Amino acid sequence: MEYINIFVKSIFIDNMVFAYFLGMCSYLAVSKTVNTAVGLGAAVIFVLVVTVPANFLLDTYLLKPGALSWMGEEYASIDLSFLSFIMFIAVIASMVQLVEMIVERFAPALYGALGIFLPLIAVNCAILGGSLFMQQKDFSNVGESAVYGLGSGIGWFLAILAIAAIREKIAYSNIPAPLKGLGITFIITGLMAIGFMSFSGIKL
Amino acid sequence: MAEEKEPLFSKQNKALLTDPLDDNNPISVQVLGICSALAITVQLKPALVMSIAVLFVIIASNVIVSLIRNLIPGRIRIIVQLLIVASLVILVDQILKAYAYDVSKELSVFVGLIITNCIVMGRLEAFALANGPWKSFLDGVGNGAGYALILIVVAFFRELLGSGKLFGFEVLGHKAKTIADSTGLYAFGYENNGFMLLSPMALITVGIIIWFQRSKNRKLIEN
Repeated sequence: MEYINIFVKSIFIDNMVFAYFLGMCSYLAVSKTVNTAVGLGAAVIFVLVVTVPANFLLDTYLLKPGALSWMGEEYASIDLSFLSFIMFIAVIASMVQLVEMIVERFAPALYGALGIFLPLIAVNCAILGGSLFMQQKDFSNVGESAVYGLGSGIGWFLAILAIAAIREKIAYSNIPAPLKGLGITFIITGLMAIGFMSFSGIKL
Repeated sequence: MAEEKEPLFSKQNKALLTDPLDDNNPISVQVLGICSALAITVQLKPALVMSIAVLFVIIASNVIVSLIRNLIPGRIRIIVQLLIVASLVILVDQILKAYAYDVSKELSVFVGLIITNCIVMGRLEAFALANGPWKSFLDGVGNGAGYALILIVVAFFRELLGSGKLFGFEVLGHKAKTIADSTGLYAFGYENNGFMLLSPMALITVGIIIWFQRSKNRKLIEN
């Protein structure tokens, strides 16, 4: 039950894009067509599912205050949490590199489709944001953090898919010239975010 | 070197400072660094602190990367840049926790997210890797200021319209339980627009700023 709760919550209520504005840069830049949006969205889901649990383990067994107590009594008082930013980003950057190599080796078709987006994911704020929120939420085990990563990824995927479809549709609409492109995308995202706020009343 | 003959504030260098404020604004034109710009603009104070933090990180990382730009191997440059930025952000985070704990609690994960703030990485990739330290310094100041400008304008409107305050001071008068007890605008039955405090309004405010900027500066219009 706890898993379903985290899953639904991270997709709809705590949606990465509409509630926290994470990953907005690539969300705005890569949402011109549905095809590329799907590719990037899939890559984000994949990387989030891998990095959030990895960083959870790192946080629990290395960084948290008292996390080093498994090494012996004298290490129990060590607090390395100030290192978490640098550790998380190193894990993310190397994981993205690893994922890129694995995909290239075993699924060349998918690699061709994702192409340039894979390396870009390392600097997508949604990925680091997922790990930082995971640290704040204090999950009790690795499964919960993995479910959280999956849910956040799917939420981001839904958001970029929706905006890409809308942008394809409004490409021929008569929009005031200064609003064309970026301006109208911002306002549509705002309206979508208002729509997503209706989920916030749901108690799970 | 030609660079050394150039006066410190030549025309080119001045353009590095002023361009990002309008023609090449990091948020509204380059579309970089939106993530953090929106989430922390409910009030002016966190927006200001965030601007200063980003300004510091972008200037310092620009200068450092431009100093060692010839030593970084091209293949691993992203990781090297991320590590430099991450160390600077840890510094900022620790300073905030020590001297401005309330604000640092309010900013929560968004201090950490400066690491992946696209402005920082974008300027490192696009500018610092190809230019000298002084130019990179100016570029950092310009882009940091352009980012701060948008952040502060958005936060100004959201705090003023959303809660009737600026920096926490009640500039529109005091709102009491009944109209008779209230002062200032509230005495005439004015109500705060609570909707401005919610996250979607940040997006719409930025959309309107872009609209305004592009109708003034028509060469920015997209086709």
